[in-house]
Amino acid sequence: MMLEVSIEAKAFISDKNCSKSILNTIRFCLKEGEVGAVLGPSGCGKTSLIRIIAGLDKDFLGAVSYPRSWRLGVVFQEPRLLPWRTIRDNLKISTPHEQQEYCAKLIDIIGLSRHLDLFPGQLSLGLARRVALVRALAIKPDILLLDEPFVSLDEQLAQELRRELSRIIDASRTTTLLVTHDIDEAIALSDRLYLFSKTTPASIQEVFVNPTPRQALTPEAAKGLKQKIVDSISREQIK
Amino acid sequence: MIRALSFICLVILWQAASLLSEPRQLPGPIIVAQTIIGEAQSGALLTHLLATTLRVCAAFLLAMSLGMPIGYMMGRIRTIDRLLDPWIVILLNIPALVVIVLSYIWLGLTETAAIGAVALNKLPNVVITIREGARSLSQELEELATVFNFSAMNRLRHTIIPQLGPYIAATMRTGLSLVWKLVLIVELLGRSDGIGFQINLAFQLFDMRLLLAYALPFIALMLFIETALVQPFERRVSRWRNNDA
Repeated sequence: MMLEVSIEAKAFISDKNCSKSILNTIRFCLKEGEVGAVLGPSGCGKTSLIRIIAGLDKDFLGAVSYPRSWRLGVVFQEPRLLPWRTIRDNLKISTPHEQQEYCAKLIDIIGLSRHLDLFPGQLSLGLARRVALVRALAIKPDILLLDEPFVSLDEQLAQELRRELSRIIDASRTTTLLVTHDIDEAIALSDRLYLFSKTTPASIQEVFVNPTPRQALTPEAAKGLKQKIVDSISREQIK
Repeated sequence: MIRALSFICLVILWQAASLLSEPRQLPGPIIVAQTIIGEAQSGALLTHLLATTLRVCAAFLLAMSLGMPIGYMMGRIRTIDRLLDPWIVILLNIPALVVIVLSYIWLGLTETAAIGAVALNKLPNVVITIREGARSLSQELEELATVFNFSAMNRLRHTIIPQLGPYIAATMRTGLSLVWKLVLIVELLGRSDGIGFQINLAFQLFDMRLLLAYALPFIALMLFIETALVQPFERRVSRWRNNDA
């Protein structure tokens, strides 16, 4: 039971019929309950990767496979809430009947109880992102795809949310793929870390494995790993 | 307040004009009001008003219920758009009178012909407005519905209809005013009851009193429908917009 991603190539047809290749030979797999992080600069094709895995983009060479019974939860880069429904309704609509109770629990944990009767337009970005996170978690997904879920939040809130998220996906053993440009975030959340190259088309430049289970990651170990990643990035730039 | 004042001014102006002109050309508001009461008491006004209102409702509902799915499909599926677009353009450019007369010739002076002709005149208008709405549907929300496995019903109720709401309200509004104007014409040409029929009668007798006594209550009723039904619907569908932070 695992998520297997094997993308040979992904290209966009840009204007004048000339195609722009953005992903090249991306191969990895995540076992049940594992958390992978894709680390790369913005615009390197990370969102395309998420869209391909989510089944929203079928125009690529290669294959993505996971058990048919697995449910998919996605946190898009922008919150993507239904603007004409309250937060309560937004969550209720996307959550299956039998998971409503669990959803109520998550609302509590993530701290949304006071905001349920507001419309998305009335929320700050931070709150809207939290709603999107609860929405994805509430369906008890087997695969969780996170596209820069905490970008442009203040660091303290982001850290708090990362901790909660980490706890929730550990408890439910959710296979998770996180896409981010934030090295610390990738280290804090993941077991395996795929560094994407800066070149176009992007490919996996190097794979890092968190030395310890991420739950027991010490500040020193995190620091060491970060150093290795930074080195790898600068090596590539010199080339 | 200002609206009421403006309305009173109009009535006073009308009274003044009627005093200056020949009573047969322009009867004053009081005489017309008396005629309206007289016609109402005899039951004739209500009968004709009801006949016309039913035709307006039938033609309006028919045009909306056909036009919305057609417009939606044309907005979403390119082939259907290409296929039907010339028809819509032609229909849009045929004068209403031609459709009405043809329909009476082909289907006879029947209720079906009358309502069908009005609905057919309104149809392209609905189709084009809803097509515009369907074209501008957000792809992001469609993806959301796909990823979160929305049922077809939920997709329609929570993602598609709210986005089409303003377009539906717009076409309802223009539609209603177009339909009731056309219903009077089909009644005038080929029906034996309804406000349009009575107006034609008054015209042939050159009876301005009777003409105004039928026209005014009907205009009042349509204004009432517009303010009491259409506008609240419009406010309802755009309610969430007013809540922007």
